[in-house]
Amino acid sequence: MMSLLGIGVVVAGLATRLNPVLVVTAAALVTGLGGGMDLFQVVSALGKGFNDARFVSVAFLVLPVIGLSERAGLQARARTLIGGLRQVTVGRLLLAYLAVRQLSAALGLLSLGGQANMVRPLLAPMAEAEEESKRGALSNARRSLIRAHAAAVDNIGAFFGEDIFIALGSVLLVTAVLRQNHLAADPLRVALWASPTAIAAFVIHAIRLLRLDAALARDGGAR
Amino acid sequence: MIGVGVAYALAGVVFAAIALFSVLDRANPKRWNNAAFWGLFALSFLAGGRLGDFANGLIVIALALIGGLGGLGVSHPATTSPEEREASAARLGGRLFVPILVIPACALAGTLLFKGVKIGGAPLVDPAQVTVIATAVGVVAALVLALALFRPPLAAAPQEARRLMDSVGWAAILPQLLAALGAVFALAGVGTAIGRLLDAWLPMDGRLMAVAAYCLGMTLFTMIMGNAFAAFPVMTAGVGAPLIVGRFGGDPAVMGAMGMLAGYCGTLMTPMAAHNIVPAALLELPSGAVIRAQAPTALMVAAANIVLMYLLVFR
Repeated sequence: MMSLLGIGVVVAGLATRLNPVLVVTAAALVTGLGGGMDLFQVVSALGKGFNDARFVSVAFLVLPVIGLSERAGLQARARTLIGGLRQVTVGRLLLAYLAVRQLSAALGLLSLGGQANMVRPLLAPMAEAEEESKRGALSNARRSLIRAHAAAVDNIGAFFGEDIFIALGSVLLVTAVLRQNHLAADPLRVALWASPTAIAAFVIHAIRLLRLDAALARDGGAR
Repeated sequence: MIGVGVAYALAGVVFAAIALFSVLDRANPKRWNNAAFWGLFALSFLAGGRLGDFANGLIVIALALIGGLGGLGVSHPATTSPEEREASAARLGGRLFVPILVIPACALAGTLLFKGVKIGGAPLVDPAQVTVIATAVGVVAALVLALALFRPPLAAAPQEARRLMDSVGWAAILPQLLAALGAVFALAGVGTAIGRLLDAWLPMDGRLMAVAAYCLGMTLFTMIMGNAFAAFPVMTAGVGAPLIVGRFGGDPAVMGAMGMLAGYCGTLMTPMAAHNIVPAALLELPSGAVIRAQAPTALMVAAANIVLMYLLVFR
């Protein structure tokens, strides 16, 4: 039961708004020590876990390319591209991205989107430019709201798309954990049964995005 | 066989370059912190496989102390002005999109093509890590194209990478750190402890109760762990497998698929998840802005998910 102390460390850390990196490291040490490991074993387990997960940070490799493209005017170009389209609204633009992101993730193409390689250089500037072309300069609050929604569609599309694809981490982890518990499950069926909730997520977020348009029009007033 | 080590070596070189340029940045009062942080991160990528688990663990602790206590400075390397960017965008036009679109194109093509390539019966590229390796190849191709098309000064690539990496800051190590926390939880037997606790204290006498406990447990525990993958083994061993499947005869595939999605709803709402911290840093948003945009959707989907699991898992 002493191994549960680490959970308490995380909750206390969250409540006091300590730096998450410190909180997670402290929680790992407390959990291991509480679970009966000695300090050498805990530090080694932490190091092994960190080292085995290096593949998740390979995503940062795109940053030099993004930086060079931004330096050469990528965001400015993305803004001009979207500014000329009359039928587009912030909500519809984000809805289109959500659909493409969710479908491509469902086909296993998670690397097509992402916060560093799509949202920051393209989606967020396009959404801002769209709103500026309709209602003029943005206040900081409106700019933050639009950017936050651009980040949100990328997360939501990826999360509720990837679990439909059988060869991605999510489905593989589900079947592996079920096997550890002596339960058999076909990966195809796991992927299939993720789809009702995935569809519900798309519908719910689509409605919210269209309501975002209404909220932007109401608060900003048409020019 | 080409393994994932190629991608790690490339990442190590990028982080090492960022560390080097951090040392030279006299305008950053915390430049030694930045240099030590990115230098240690580079070391982990360049030599993590040879250092041994304990040394890697010491690197993790050092990174956490530098990033969490000492703090990193945000650098402002020289870049182009908004006017220069407008002019450059007008001149380059659609060519601006080429490098960033080359990366996903390579990732896609590599994932499809590398799997079939064999030399002497052995696969040329490690089949388990094809996408990561193909992405690294795409990055190199995109970098060459960007240098050829945009003709920036030579130091621009590492300096622009440093500008973006410093805006992410300590959050850069959080995804890996959360995965490591999950590994420690598994070794320390946290899952069985939680299972025993819930079994002793919660009245699990109805199907709806069991489904709600499993799904809410997944959502809440994911919010604590910052990661649904770390919560899933714990809640499934503790509640899902013994109760939903064992006692009430539910379908394991339905339970597993929807249980994981209950966790994803938690990820959308937690300040512990890199998915929320990294975009807030990249888009210069106040902390919590991304979570506020996501939370209403997450709550509605979490509720729909409980209803759907109750209706579908016992068919």
